[in-house]
Amino acid sequence: MQSLGIDVLLKGSNFSRLLQGLYVALEISFVSVTISILLGLIVGVLMTLKNPILCFILKIYLEVVRIIPQMVLLFVVYFGTTRVFGMDLLAETSAIIVFVFWGVAEMGDLVRGAIKSIPTIQFESAYALGMNKFQVYVYIILPQTLRRLIPLSINLITRMIKTTSLVVMVGIVEVLKVAQQIIEANRTTSPNAAFGVFGVVFIMYFLICWPISRLSIYLEKRWA
Amino acid sequence: MDKDILVSYIPLYKNALLLTLKIGWQGIGLSMIIGLAGAAVLHFKVKVIKNIVGIYVELFRNTPLLVQLFFIYFALPKIGVNISAEICGMLGIGLLGGAYMIETFRSGLETIPVMQSESALSLGLDKRQTFLYVILPQAFSAVVPGLTANIIFLLKETSVFSTISLMDLMFTAKDLIGMYAKTIECLFLLVVFYFIMILPVSIIGMIVERKTRYAEFGD
Repeated sequence: MQSLGIDVLLKGSNFSRLLQGLYVALEISFVSVTISILLGLIVGVLMTLKNPILCFILKIYLEVVRIIPQMVLLFVVYFGTTRVFGMDLLAETSAIIVFVFWGVAEMGDLVRGAIKSIPTIQFESAYALGMNKFQVYVYIILPQTLRRLIPLSINLITRMIKTTSLVVMVGIVEVLKVAQQIIEANRTTSPNAAFGVFGVVFIMYFLICWPISRLSIYLEKRWA
Repeated sequence: MDKDILVSYIPLYKNALLLTLKIGWQGIGLSMIIGLAGAAVLHFKVKVIKNIVGIYVELFRNTPLLVQLFFIYFALPKIGVNISAEICGMLGIGLLGGAYMIETFRSGLETIPVMQSESALSLGLDKRQTFLYVILPQAFSAVVPGLTANIIFLLKETSVFSTISLMDLMFTAKDLIGMYAKTIECLFLLVVFYFIMILPVSIIGMIVERKTRYAEFGD
């Protein structure tokens, strides 16, 4: 039996390079997640305000994000902007733009759902007590919404981490690219390295996303 | 944007759309079969198999499709499992989707209160009748929104096929950009064709959702 590539990972700095690749992917997802959650909160509140024009625009935005694959968006932003505006966006920047564009819509929808699930009586009682719109949202609605929202947004984090694996397509050297490089470099000495290396990448993603999604399920059960 | 170029590219995109649809829907079909079987296993708490299904769901829900495809397409041949790109795409969508479908179907079954099956049993229906006539219709209506969301998600994920050199929409666009550098036209058609592929599903999903409301209690 030939080696299946685990030894290749132990050679030289291969494993630490792989980890560095993972770090690049995680960094992009971390930045996108943070911005998405903050902007998503605002967009979600805007969606529940009964302004027809705003509602219409946001609905179209949501539908566009729902239909176009993230990879297509990535291509449109990365290659499209260069062509149309002559801008030279870094691959990392365009990745973050795309994931924020997508994440804000997802997060906004979660926020909208969570606010909708708050009974009307809460709004009415708060208004009856003489609070204005701002106070109602800040002191009554948002604190209740947040509790329902946290498990859902943690789930969104794992989805964003998984989606950032796509950035390999616009030339960012992240974990999959490093894996390919390692496999290519050792093609002659261990032709079967693909199994071990891709296997390790598979396990790496699992080890990152699994605890986060367990946490989300745990919080959902506890706070439901 | 050049109109002649757009028109001349359309046949290429059409072929790619058909291939994407073919493999995508095969995969979605597979995912539904896995989903139904898995949800049944979890619902009826079949020993041992229940645990295997649980591990499968966790494993495939917590890893990106891209990594799964790379593993199936590049890594498995090294231990002697050779799979063509098309089958690999179908398997990838099917396995990933299966994990999501299991969760959707299972939670659909769970939304039905125990009272429902107890009442049905006390009215003299047997277990099979209870499941077929009482639980399933209600569960179906609860499942439709999740099902539509899953199908749309899976159709979007097909864009990853291009990495294992399947000639899907993404691959065609990339190829044409590489050859003729008509970037804007190619990207425009790419977006349009994804709309053509997914918008009908989104609309049909909304209609079905409205039509199946009948089985819900109360509002």
